[in-house]
Amino acid sequence: MNGVVAHLPALLVVVPMLTAPLVMLLRPSGLAWAATTAASLCAFAIALSLTAAVLAGERPDYLMGSWPAPFGIELVVDAVNALVLLLVTGASSVALLAGARSIDSQIEHERQPLFYSAWLLALAGLAGIAVTGDAFNIFVFMEISSLASYVLVAGGPDRRALPAVFKYLVMGTIGATFYLIGVGLVYMMTGTLNLADMAERVGQVSDLRPVLVAAGFITTGLALKAAVFPLHLWLPNAYTYAPHMVTVFLAACATKVSLYVLIRFDYMVFQPNLAEHGLQFALFLMPLAILALIISSAVALFERNLKRLLAWSSVAQIGYMTLGVSLLTTAGVTAGMLHMFNHALAKGALFLAVAALAAGCGGVRLGQISGAGRRMPWTMGAFVLAGLSLIGVPGTAGFVSKWYLLSAAIGYGGYGPLLAAVIVLTSLMALAYIWRVVEAAYFGAAPAESTGRGEAPPALVVGAWAVALANVGFGLSPDLPVTLASKAAGILTGYSP
Amino acid sequence: MEFLGLYHYLVFPLLLMSGIYAVIAKRNLFKKLIGLALMQSAVFLLYITMAKVEGGTGPILKPGDADVLYSNPLPEVLILTAIVVGISTAALGLGIIVRIKEEFGSVEEDVVRELGGR
Repeated sequence: MNGVVAHLPALLVVVPMLTAPLVMLLRPSGLAWAATTAASLCAFAIALSLTAAVLAGERPDYLMGSWPAPFGIELVVDAVNALVLLLVTGASSVALLAGARSIDSQIEHERQPLFYSAWLLALAGLAGIAVTGDAFNIFVFMEISSLASYVLVAGGPDRRALPAVFKYLVMGTIGATFYLIGVGLVYMMTGTLNLADMAERVGQVSDLRPVLVAAGFITTGLALKAAVFPLHLWLPNAYTYAPHMVTVFLAACATKVSLYVLIRFDYMVFQPNLAEHGLQFALFLMPLAILALIISSAVALFERNLKRLLAWSSVAQIGYMTLGVSLLTTAGVTAGMLHMFNHALAKGALFLAVAALAAGCGGVRLGQISGAGRRMPWTMGAFVLAGLSLIGVPGTAGFVSKWYLLSAAIGYGGYGPLLAAVIVLTSLMALAYIWRVVEAAYFGAAPAESTGRGEAPPALVVGAWAVALANVGFGLSPDLPVTLASKAAGILTGYSP
Repeated sequence: MEFLGLYHYLVFPLLLMSGIYAVIAKRNLFKKLIGLALMQSAVFLLYITMAKVEGGTGPILKPGDADVLYSNPLPEVLILTAIVVGISTAALGLGIIVRIKEEFGSVEEDVVRELGGR
């Protein structure tokens, strides 16, 4: 590789990060939006070309400052993080393109450049976590993205966002601090921060007790960041009271990036080197995944605020991903990675439709969107389509990952059929909570004060439809995500002998 | 005595746990933030301790002296970054508390919760 192509892994982070301070100076705010969107689209294009390189069998890597690998920071892109990078940059670009009006109406005018600047920092941080191959660098990017997303979540007009953000900040900092302790302990025993080098050297350590403690700290800290049940308490309120477009962006990718680090770290560094660690990992995650699926779906069934309903559903969907990963088989990891991709598509479309509903109905409680199906047929159409994907109806992306998950669970043997039963049961629960929204929107009487309001801003509706149709597209021809996910699973399970 | 020589490794969990205790048990948002800062200081201590080499000086090489015993500079650099992160977190947290005080008129968690912020 030569020319600018060789620098793409670094540019993916550098472009949004350097645009961020620039955007802060841009007035009027329309310019700030344009610059942000351009940077985000640029990052998306880089992610696409990196994915293409990965699919062609390459493994783009980049040495920061040309320091050789175990000493300097190395950026590595393979199938595992190519998938995550696509999600992060794609979600940001779609939310920006569709949500210009929505952001405009929710953020005070003079603060918009600052808001966009924080958005770019969050994007750079999330992309940085995914692209780097250095354990401490992950911590730094994690804090960049977290601090920026606290600002984004608190930026909205809803004052209830403030206590929610404080909780998010406290829990996020505890998670990052735990991760830092774990990295410190591993560094103490191995003297390296490079993940690939670490994976080799942990095996040569004679006293494994600090490494065991590190595994515990890192798993717990990242699980907290990824909102793995029961460490999800910060998530529902933060997603509910955030500005709508921030919810679209973060719900589609923020927790998945942390989950990616958890999976990568565990499969790459700990499982090949610690005896029985894979089993302990599975025993830690699988019960939590099942609890997440059942309890969070049940809470979503009784939730009356549409955004919080979908946030609880997100906690449940993280359960599907951790369930797939905790099977420890190639089929299971494939299903987990695939669901990461497909859930981002479904939830992105759903939250876009919710933003449109909020613009048209003046609120997102079930009582307020009552009758919206007749006044806003296009918005609700996109919502139903994305909802079908969330449930896992054949022909949508959600079905593909549920199918992979089911066959992985049945192929697992032992109590595999029981896991399959849980997956089917919770899909039915998803059907029930999506149906409650559909029932309110299509069969409920419209509240008296909101008559006369029509469709949402066209950009939002088009955005919601585009992502909803992507759900159908990837449901009918799922080659791209399936290839990436199975390659990723091959890499992850290939670390262990 | 080796036990006393490694007392930093005893102070680390002590600081960490008192930080976590403050975050969980205190109702006042400022005290929660102080707990967070305490936790982060504990991690700083862990990193700095592991970098120390017995009898080693600061990791600055003067021209001429080649075989000087010096401490590992890398964890110290890492902690410099982590300190910056800690300061930013504290600043943002304090900013949020100020906004909470403006909106809800209190910095006590239970009062804020009663006023509708969960």
